[in-house]
Amino acid sequence: MLHLKDVSLWYKIPLRVAALVIVTASVLASVLVYRSINDLRDNLTANATQVGRLVADTLVEPIMHDDVWRAFEVVNLPFRSMPNQASDQSAEYILVLDTNNKVYVSNKPDRFPMMSAPAISEPSIATYLKTPAQPWPDELAVVDAPASNALFLLTPIKADGVRIGTLVMNYSKTPFAIRLRSLARDAIVITLLVLAALLPLGVYWGNRMAAPLLDLSNAMSKIGPHLPDPAEIRLEESKDEIGLLAKSFKAMLGELKEKEQLQQQVITSDRLAALGRLAAGVAHEINNPLGGMLNAISTFKRHGEQDPITLKTLSILERGLLQIKETVAALLVEARAQTRPFDLNDVADICTLVQPDTEKKQIDFTREIDLVEAQPISSTLVRQVIINLLLNAFHATQPHGHVHLHIYRDSEYLFVDVINDGSHIPQDKVSYLFEPFTSLSEGGSGLGLWVIYQIVQQLGGLITVQSEPDKTQFTVQLPLEGSHE
Amino acid sequence: MANYLRRCLWLLLLAPLAQAAETAPLPPVRIGLTPVFLDDQATFVNAWRTYLESHLKRPVTFVQRGSYRETVDMLREGKLDFAWVCGYPYVRNQNYFRLLAVPLYKGEPLYQSYIIVPASDKQTRSLNDLRGKVFAFSDPDSNSGHLYPEYLLARINETAASYFSKTFYTWSHRKVVEAVAAGLAQGGAVDGYVWDTLVFSHPELTGKTRIIAESPQFGHPPFVANRSVSPKLFKDMQKALLNMVHDPDGSPLLAILNLDGFVYGDPHLFDGIAEMFQFIENQRNASSQRR
Repeated sequence: MLHLKDVSLWYKIPLRVAALVIVTASVLASVLVYRSINDLRDNLTANATQVGRLVADTLVEPIMHDDVWRAFEVVNLPFRSMPNQASDQSAEYILVLDTNNKVYVSNKPDRFPMMSAPAISEPSIATYLKTPAQPWPDELAVVDAPASNALFLLTPIKADGVRIGTLVMNYSKTPFAIRLRSLARDAIVITLLVLAALLPLGVYWGNRMAAPLLDLSNAMSKIGPHLPDPAEIRLEESKDEIGLLAKSFKAMLGELKEKEQLQQQVITSDRLAALGRLAAGVAHEINNPLGGMLNAISTFKRHGEQDPITLKTLSILERGLLQIKETVAALLVEARAQTRPFDLNDVADICTLVQPDTEKKQIDFTREIDLVEAQPISSTLVRQVIINLLLNAFHATQPHGHVHLHIYRDSEYLFVDVINDGSHIPQDKVSYLFEPFTSLSEGGSGLGLWVIYQIVQQLGGLITVQSEPDKTQFTVQLPLEGSHE
Repeated sequence: MANYLRRCLWLLLLAPLAQAAETAPLPPVRIGLTPVFLDDQATFVNAWRTYLESHLKRPVTFVQRGSYRETVDMLREGKLDFAWVCGYPYVRNQNYFRLLAVPLYKGEPLYQSYIIVPASDKQTRSLNDLRGKVFAFSDPDSNSGHLYPEYLLARINETAASYFSKTFYTWSHRKVVEAVAAGLAQGGAVDGYVWDTLVFSHPELTGKTRIIAESPQFGHPPFVANRSVSPKLFKDMQKALLNMVHDPDGSPLLAILNLDGFVYGDPHLFDGIAEMFQFIENQRNASSQRR
């Protein structure tokens, strides 16, 4: 079963706004109708009371003089003032009763003949007219006769404080009811008009209000094992609470993303460190027996006579062992003691050294050296790093390609950027790029980047790679001595 | 010589004064009106006053009062010069009043009293059927609106008080018609001339009433003069009224009045009224003697 709280805000907010509008409009309309009816009733009563007192006062003399005709003219006056006008403020009929509650005169003599009992013609008055023992109210009174569709206004006619008769004014409730109906109808029509104008507006506003929440909700639902790119999340920028929430959400997403990248980096560097330790361990273990074996071969070759076959075999063994030694030496990168600071001569040397490679592939090799003096960092290692990076770049670049070297520094670090426009490194290979024997091409040993990584690590620096089609950039960041420690 | 001169001087001084006295406006002629005709037509009354002023060559004031008695009393007291009253007060005050002129209605100086009932009442045939009912009189001093029905009742040894359950005065013939039309009274006595005139001006009112009895002809309510009125004014006024029928300004007024003119009246015209009055007086005296 669909529960209201489970309904989407997309419907809920407009529905609630609509409900609020309807309730407000209805309450307002009802209050206005109620007020109008009360005003109408008050007006009627005030008007009737005024007319009643006036007529009662005017009747005193005709009754005292038993002047029936004058009395008749007086009770006819309220009617003569507006002939042919069915006003809901005028009495239906007017009776003047004598002290015995018999009709003295009325404005409807056909209905209430003189000296008749009014209850005969109008049974609803009977209850108020039982006997003279139950007199009419001594003061002016408005009686709402539930039995009949009428209001009675009873006004005593007094001469010098003595009651000489009673004025009975009958007001039909029918015009009142008609007025009520027309008022209610007007109110309903106006309410509907207001609703017709406000409801679409309310629904529109409701939707406007719901939209950012729904966007946020959708964005949140996208967070899973893989974080979405913050650039893909489109949320409305505003300074209200929802806007702030969206902003916080974006910030959170950014932080999560950063954390994820950091984790990735930690995993990578941990793995590389473990590999380094493993390689170093293996290298040491191999180097010891290897040194012994090479010494033994050397000694054997120097002493005694050897037949050519043995010499050839020993030579093969020695070459193999030397290859192992080279490989192990390459794996076991060791930062040697510092020789001298890195300066512009080193840069010139590097350029000279790589010149054959550039010429072979006719590569457009550009340089941008933002250094003027010697830098407090080992020239040997930096040269090794730069040469390795450049050779890799030349290798990756197509003939007639472009490679750019940029060396610069800030207060703490020396930066080396090597940019080439060769084939780009797929994202899934970047994580394993610095591991040994990870070759991107057929010809490489798979140890070039490993060596660079080991040197950079040992110098306490960072190496990063950004690769996209037509642009692969390696950036090495090396701390400068003195400023670092 | 000095005396003569002084006299001439006096004459010179007084001459303009005497002249001023001669041209000073005469006091207005005061004429009392009663509801023996439709006296509630202010426009007509104003036009009639203008007519009389132009013929009498002096201002005229019409005085209207709530009852015949007030007008009659004012005439007796000399507060009025003339009055148009009912034949009944005339015969009772013949010693004080002089007959000035009598209206001509349907070519005769006569009129009738009508007994009327509401048109919705189809049963009532005569006054005999109205016993115990509410009855409307016009004025206690009216012949057609009071004396005649009283006379009819006296003929059968009754009085209005004993015969009807309730009676009241409306103080005008027109209002008797209204009272009966509205059903306030189940019967009423009205001046026949007024009722006939109302048929033209207010047919919706007379249409709600029905005539059940017509009286014999009586002398039409006359114009009477106070006995102290100067013979000249009496003559002028008589002439002004009698000439109305020949006057281009007067005849339209007569048309509104529904009259054919005015004639010198004969006091004997009102003998019928006097007889009825006498009959009732005798009856009353007889009954008080019996008591």
